[in-house]
Amino acid sequence: MQSIKKIIGSIEFGILSPQEIRKMSAAEITIPDTYDDDGYPIEGGLMDKRLGVIDPGLRCETCGARAGECPGHFGHVELARPIIHVGFAKTIHRVLESTCRECGRIKLSDEEIEEYMSKFEVMSDRRKARESLIKEIHKKAKERMVCPHCGAPQFPIKFERPTIYWELRKDEEGNEYRHRMMPSEIRERLEKIPDKDLPLLGLHPEKSRPEWMVLTVLPVPPVTMRPSITLESGIRAEDDLTHKLVDIIRINNRLKSNIEAGAPQLIIEDLWDLLQYHVTTYINNETSGVPPAKHKSGRPLKTLAQRLKGKEGRFRGNLSGKRVNFSARTVISPDPMISINEVGVPLAVAMELTVPEKVTEFNFEKLKQRVLNGPEKYPGANYVIDPEGRRIRLMENNLEIIAEKLDIGWTVERHLEDGDIVLFNRQPSLHRMSIMAHRVRVMPYKTFCLNLSVCPPYNADFDGDEMNLHVPQTEEAQAEAKILMEVQNHIISPRYGGPLIAGIQDHISGGYLLTREGAYFTRSEVEQMLMFAGVEVRELPKPDKVENGIELWSGKTIFSLILPEDLTIWYRNKLCDEPERCEALEKLIEEKLVPEPEEVRKLAYDGFVYIQNGKLLSGAIDKKAYGREDGKLLDIIVREYGAERARQFLDQVTKLSIWVITHKGFTTAIDDEDLPQEALDRIREIIREAEERVKRLIEAYRNGELEPLPGKTLEETLESHIMAVLAEARDNAGKVAERYLGMNNHAVIMAKTGARGKILNITQMAAMLGQQSIRGKRLYRGYRGRVLTHFKPDDLSARARGFIVNSYKSGLTPQEYFFHAMGGREGLVDTAVRTAQSGYMQRRLINALQDLKVDYDGTVRDPSGIIVQFKYGEDGIDPMKSWQGKTLDVDRIIVRTLLKARNSG
Amino acid sequence: MARKKEFDIFSHELVPEHRVLSEEEKEAILKKYKIKISQLPQIKASDPAVVALEAKPGDVIEIKRKSPTAGYYYYYRLVVED
Repeated sequence: MQSIKKIIGSIEFGILSPQEIRKMSAAEITIPDTYDDDGYPIEGGLMDKRLGVIDPGLRCETCGARAGECPGHFGHVELARPIIHVGFAKTIHRVLESTCRECGRIKLSDEEIEEYMSKFEVMSDRRKARESLIKEIHKKAKERMVCPHCGAPQFPIKFERPTIYWELRKDEEGNEYRHRMMPSEIRERLEKIPDKDLPLLGLHPEKSRPEWMVLTVLPVPPVTMRPSITLESGIRAEDDLTHKLVDIIRINNRLKSNIEAGAPQLIIEDLWDLLQYHVTTYINNETSGVPPAKHKSGRPLKTLAQRLKGKEGRFRGNLSGKRVNFSARTVISPDPMISINEVGVPLAVAMELTVPEKVTEFNFEKLKQRVLNGPEKYPGANYVIDPEGRRIRLMENNLEIIAEKLDIGWTVERHLEDGDIVLFNRQPSLHRMSIMAHRVRVMPYKTFCLNLSVCPPYNADFDGDEMNLHVPQTEEAQAEAKILMEVQNHIISPRYGGPLIAGIQDHISGGYLLTREGAYFTRSEVEQMLMFAGVEVRELPKPDKVENGIELWSGKTIFSLILPEDLTIWYRNKLCDEPERCEALEKLIEEKLVPEPEEVRKLAYDGFVYIQNGKLLSGAIDKKAYGREDGKLLDIIVREYGAERARQFLDQVTKLSIWVITHKGFTTAIDDEDLPQEALDRIREIIREAEERVKRLIEAYRNGELEPLPGKTLEETLESHIMAVLAEARDNAGKVAERYLGMNNHAVIMAKTGARGKILNITQMAAMLGQQSIRGKRLYRGYRGRVLTHFKPDDLSARARGFIVNSYKSGLTPQEYFFHAMGGREGLVDTAVRTAQSGYMQRRLINALQDLKVDYDGTVRDPSGIIVQFKYGEDGIDPMKSWQGKTLDVDRIIVRTLLKARNSG
Repeated sequence: MARKKEFDIFSHELVPEHRVLSEEEKEAILKKYKIKISQLPQIKASDPAVVALEAKPGDVIEIKRKSPTAGYYYYYRLVVED
């Protein structure tokens, strides 16, 4: 398909003048009918062949092209009487009010005209300011009851929706009466307005004369945009627009003959109004105050405005967003074995989607083979394009012929193959990480596979989620996707300047199991896990210890194998609960900068990570290493070793963790919440004490002994005291539970390393749920003075107001269960409301900000060049390349410089 | 109504420093960013800071704001009638 490429330089909007409508018209349409009895277009009818053709076999009488090639041509209808264009009804009213009924000048004095003209010049391109100025002019001119130019008296004009205008005139005696202004009279008035006054009315003299807002000629759109459909039964169904045009022409003809016959004024006006109705609904069938025109079946017709408006309309439905080719959609499932920048594509999909590849001397043999394989055999091809640009479909019977003809200069649309760049997307596409470029991995089965680490940016899970895939079709698009959109370039989130694509859940638990103090592995285990993770090691390091003749490697040693060789970093992690031990290590490092490994090993502590030249010497891996948001290790690798190295690290570290966690075994069950009797007794005691204190508070309140807190009533004071006591009780109970549950408890490992859940969740399972609340208050709604009928009215005690002393494990009482449901409901409602509200807010923000861009000089400007920020984000920093949102991490730079100096000297 | 007590808004910690630019400085800004005067951000003449500075429409105000990441950040606004 050969096409001429044109570039649109600018678009101008204006109103079509009657002359223009006639000029672009190919035919005047006078017959309110479409096809004759033989199904042939009637000349002068709405399907006139001069307007283009849609029936195969016929030729357009204007351009001579066949159906499908002819773009269609406009026609026109000469209206017997002028008709108001509904879309301009309001503007017409404004213009009529602003101008003199006699001389047509704008009702402003010459001085005022000059003043406003100069104001217009000043604000040249600020649309909002212009609009408000036009409004101001209208208001001023409307009030003038005598024309400043010709001195003629003026009358108010009343506009009655949709298209009726009344002039509230006064006769000589001062009697008021209403005069109906017919469109012809309105048009005459508008014609009188001189060009020089138009800018003040917001109109352009050449592109939008006001009288053009009153139609004398109606354009008839080409048949190609209102095709008729032939149903299976052979009956023709016309487009809604055609139906409406038939009505318009029929009434127009009737009006014309009535005028010619000299019919009474009343009849003419009735017909005129009827024509106005048809034209109004033809333009907009949802005009307020006008009953919508209906189809025979009772369905309202879809006329011009309806075609453009709304989500399914031309703009939002066909221009801003369209249906596309070279795309696929299916269910997603996890695959921890593929890289984060890969996507598993089902074979069936890969054989349907194609990539055009130019035949060159380098790929000739390969592509020839693809053609020979054809569409049915993978890896094959579906189409070839010859040098003349003809698309030839590959079929079983023409493979060999085409393969023989294939030469340099041809293009082969080959099947998707491993390594092709595709775009992968999950709705809602809320941020730029919702569409990223992946490399294809063709796989069996019927789902798209993705690495678990890319779930967070897509916000995907595998409970039935579907995702979309798009294949860029040009080398430019592929290169752009690779450079700008590939997954590893989005590891760091621009939102908070930390990793978004990172280890999740088991990756972190597994990392901990691997690297904690005392984790040792045998040779066979080490070999297996390194193979599994795809780590290439020429030789295993020396075993860390030998026990009973068995060589053992520590997890830290193995973990070090996947770290960059010269990486040095230290930080306190989430497991640090003995600050003294961290401080000791910190002191050692700060003093010696590069301390001896043995010295570090002596102080080694799970809560403090120290990596020296790529060797993990102290500390266990947790969320702070390569977790979301605060994975320092991952963060450093991205910044100092690049995105590609970070991808490799993430791929290996997650696989290593998965190997460890599957082979060690990791599960959490109800016995993870078992507490010894002595702990349960302690918790009972805490609850009893808290309830006692609450009781005392209530007593004090009842006796009037309670001192109100500043700014609070006595009741509020009591509530806040009670809440404080109960919150403390739950915290204490949690602490007791925590004391008895150690790092051999899998639930605790998950919570402490940040893999999943919080300590609070364990507390609620093992010790007690604590206070349920709605809007931050204890539960109080329900019956008069009580939440449930199981309590006495005005019982303010802990248990009567939603304090749950049981844990999920011990089980809730019926009352507690109900309280819990009340508290839980608030959470559900909150999330529902929050998503709705934040979605709306995001829409508004995007609408307001979508056209802003950062210019080459670092300023943020809107499309007309108005400056919004003189430097992007005040500092000109790309948040994705910042240090946790900061411009620079000076400390890190100093450390790196010192280390470099020390290592080389 | 009681007479309003005179209050220097610039003495408040949340009000950044404002300054009226001289004609030369104004030209320099327009030249630096290669813009017409209408492409500057605007500020109404009734803005308390503009009133306090007694700036006229057509003047350009320089605002020196504190920024957590950039130290200081200069912003320029054209005074317009309201």
